[in-house]
Amino acid sequence: MSTTSPATSPPALTSPKASLFNPTVARLTYRALLGRRRALILFALPALLVAIAILVRSLVGADDTTANGILGGFALGTMVPLIGVIAGTGAIGPEIDDGSVVYLLAKPVSRSTIIFTKLLVAIGVTVAFSAVPILVAGFVLNGNSQQIAVAYALAAAVASIAYSALFLFFGTVTRHAVVFGLVYALVWESLFGNLVPGAKTLSVQQWALAVGQKIGAEGAITSDVQLPLAISLLAAVTVAATWYAGRRLTSLTLAGEE
Amino acid sequence: MSPEPTTSVSATASGPAAPAAVQNAPSGAYIHNIGYRHYDGPRLGRAYARRSLFSQSLRGAYGLGRSAKSKVLPMLLFAVMCLPAGIVVAVAVFTKASSLLIDYTRYAIFLQAVIGLYLAAQAPQSVSRDLRFKSVPLYFSRPIERVDYVVAKFAAMASALFILTAAPLVILYAGALLAKLDFLDQTKGLGQGLVSVALLSLLFAGIGLVIAALTPRRGFGVAAVIAVLTIPYAAVSAVQSIASVQGNEAAAGWLGLFSPITLIDGVQTKFLGGTSSFPNNLEPSTAAGFVYLLVTLIVIAGCYALLMRRYRKAGL
Repeated sequence: MSTTSPATSPPALTSPKASLFNPTVARLTYRALLGRRRALILFALPALLVAIAILVRSLVGADDTTANGILGGFALGTMVPLIGVIAGTGAIGPEIDDGSVVYLLAKPVSRSTIIFTKLLVAIGVTVAFSAVPILVAGFVLNGNSQQIAVAYALAAAVASIAYSALFLFFGTVTRHAVVFGLVYALVWESLFGNLVPGAKTLSVQQWALAVGQKIGAEGAITSDVQLPLAISLLAAVTVAATWYAGRRLTSLTLAGEE
Repeated sequence: MSPEPTTSVSATASGPAAPAAVQNAPSGAYIHNIGYRHYDGPRLGRAYARRSLFSQSLRGAYGLGRSAKSKVLPMLLFAVMCLPAGIVVAVAVFTKASSLLIDYTRYAIFLQAVIGLYLAAQAPQSVSRDLRFKSVPLYFSRPIERVDYVVAKFAAMASALFILTAAPLVILYAGALLAKLDFLDQTKGLGQGLVSVALLSLLFAGIGLVIAALTPRRGFGVAAVIAVLTIPYAAVSAVQSIASVQGNEAAAGWLGLFSPITLIDGVQTKFLGGTSSFPNNLEPSTAAGFVYLLVTLIVIAGCYALLMRRYRKAGL
């Protein structure tokens, strides 16, 4: 190394280490998620939700039960987990899959910074593509009567955070992250959640509904989990998943294609 | 060994100051005969290549001939698919019931999540990897045509799905016969169930492959396939139940056209003697029934046409 370079390079080396957020990693992740045609699948879901909301409003008129059914059953039950899976695993999965993550890991950026940045981007994308359209659809469906639109939008935002952290963690653990994410979202939450009452206590969807219950009018939204428990579980899952994902990334072994 | 081989090129390179060596070289230069021969055995041809591609794809869909890790998921889903059938049979045998708890035609509809996951996991495995590792041009350098590749992949995926969906029906049937249920009744039910899952397999295989063939990345393929299968279903179910609550049964019947699984549900309800999973076990009208069948066949044919179009170009 030359003697003049340390004068300029240390700030460049230390500044990414100092913060938990790295703009370059964020930009790359954002482009990996929304680049080219991938954005289409993410745009299609909210568009469908709003289209259904408009259709139902014009067929049925404003009705709180209907709005509850669509926002709770379709939007929060299916759309949010699916967007969470796409954004959460998509933020890191493909990079690990094709091995290009080594170029990122070789940079002087701490692994937990990488995970945290990717998590923030995934949360941002999930919130933008689920909570915002849910708010719009809620206003279209019944003009926010009983605070339903706001309550579901906030529930979706809370769920987005937990789902992103959870699925990002899946992405670092297994190559089949998308499949396991879907198994959790569709089989555990939808199927077991309906059959086994206890499974609902361990469901991000119910935790988010507990938050929505607090905001919505009395009896508008129901959840099987008490609010304090729901919030502590949400926080616990998010923190634990992010922490463990960071740990996984520090000791990542790249598997070859099967 | 023969004397050291030299060519005129190496002679020029080794002897820069010897023009005589250049002139001498041709006489000393020769090419070793290391025993390359023509292949003059039988050539197995296009049909064989197509058959091999089919059987490799079908085996690959269950992880056979691949690593142990890639067997886990398909085998697990296969077991999950068969498990409820085993339970239903056990219940029927021990309670001496007069009929099975579940219709043959409805079994696949109940377990659609498992079928969807299987398709989402295996369709990209079947075609996306060929795109990503650029092995599609290698296939086409063999004596197979585009149509062979598409037909082989489509048939393999549909067969894999058929195995997945038909195996539990066979278990149900065997159990029903063991429980001494009416033979004719059960055979008819099995026949109807098999036709229904055959249609379902073709439809799902087509949809899954068309989506998977558009991306070389497995992860996105998986997510896209599952999105196309579940999102329309969730949307259709939500709107259907609303229409049903509002008393608009006809609309609820027609709405089923907009998602793959309700499409199959409508067809089997109308033509294969099943009961639908629509709200109130609603049955589509006769006109709607024919439209359901027509749309199903059009979608299958359309998927085939799209795949053919897609593989006009080997890359993306």
